[in-house]
Amino acid sequence: MLDYIGAVGRLSLYFIKTTGKSCLMLFHTIFGMPHPKLFPLFIGQIFQLGILSLPIILTAGLFIGMVLSLQGYNVLVDYAAEESLGSMVALSLLRELGPVVTALLFAGRAGSALTAEIGLMQSTEQIASMEMMAVSPLKRVIAPRFLAGIITLPLLTLIFNVVAIWGGYLIGVTWMGVDGGAYWSVMQGSVDYLPDVMNGVIKSIVFGVMITWVALYNGYHVMPNAVGISRSTTQTVVVSSLLVLAMDFILTVFMFGM
Amino acid sequence: MSQKKIELWVGVFVIGAMISLAILAFNVAGLSFKGEGRSYTLYASFSNVGGLKVRSPVKLGGVVVGRVENISLDKDSYMPIVRLAMFENNGYYPETSSVAILTSGLLGEQYIGLQPGFIDEGINMLKDGGRFEDTKSAIVLEDLIGQFIYSINKGD
Repeated sequence: MLDYIGAVGRLSLYFIKTTGKSCLMLFHTIFGMPHPKLFPLFIGQIFQLGILSLPIILTAGLFIGMVLSLQGYNVLVDYAAEESLGSMVALSLLRELGPVVTALLFAGRAGSALTAEIGLMQSTEQIASMEMMAVSPLKRVIAPRFLAGIITLPLLTLIFNVVAIWGGYLIGVTWMGVDGGAYWSVMQGSVDYLPDVMNGVIKSIVFGVMITWVALYNGYHVMPNAVGISRSTTQTVVVSSLLVLAMDFILTVFMFGM
Repeated sequence: MSQKKIELWVGVFVIGAMISLAILAFNVAGLSFKGEGRSYTLYASFSNVGGLKVRSPVKLGGVVVGRVENISLDKDSYMPIVRLAMFENNGYYPETSSVAILTSGLLGEQYIGLQPGFIDEGINMLKDGGRFEDTKSAIVLEDLIGQFIYSINKGD
């Protein structure tokens, strides 16, 4: 019995310690940010996180759009409402699927890479030697990656949405024979710029902060050995995916629920 | 890979994302810079506005010629007053015109239907701040059913 209570206490202390440490790291990163000399590093990170994630984002977007359109058509055709296919595809992508699926893929593709990279730096003591040379690793290693992650995810989400809507068009109009004009005009009638497109972008900015924050924290505070790196990488993907899903629900309640 | 090449790729990526945003804004959300031009204000009071909302369209023969700007209640007569923003490029209407609250389809949104009146000597056009005198309220389905049942019972 006492062991259980002790376990609860240990868990709570661990939780508080982790939260505190990660918030401290975020704080130092944000306030060590503006440094024009580090701009090339930042560009390099956008390349690593954004462009190298593009293949999986494009493929996933195309197929999710096609599947959504196919399933939507099968249901809507029963009610002779297949003209609203465009608005169904666009609204579900812009509001929910686009930001969330892109964020999950980003966590798997880029978040895990970030954790592994920084974890290896930490365990081969590159970060410690940077500190020895009076170079702040938070400024030089963490800050460019953090900023790049926040900027990259919304851009990826926008590309994902466009590709998926085009995939929906491909199946709905060219295969199933929904009228092409109706696909676009019903979509334009029911999608609004600020509440739908922009709320999706806001969501993906929040997800970008969560994912890169979790990934960088897990890499920075890695157990310095092979098991530690693998555990941290797994933890990044699991924790950031769960955080994305939870934050998505909360944001949806605030944006569309009231 | 050289820094130049990386910068080039990042440029392509950012431009691609911006183009996507433009497609989402203009092609998917149907945003347009044109706007609806200048407008002038007219008033109409109904005894019942039903499900009319702010930004509901005013239509003349199916063409949108204005929008509902505000719905308020006149404190003296207890009648709802609807403020309409009419588009200037569609011109002005004679004061004999009538407005009615209609429903698009059986379950659709409610809108205001405008029926232009005749133009004759001594009949002015409605200017900014003018008021439609001839108005027909929204049809409330429950009232209609009530009247129907009443008329059936009377027939017995």
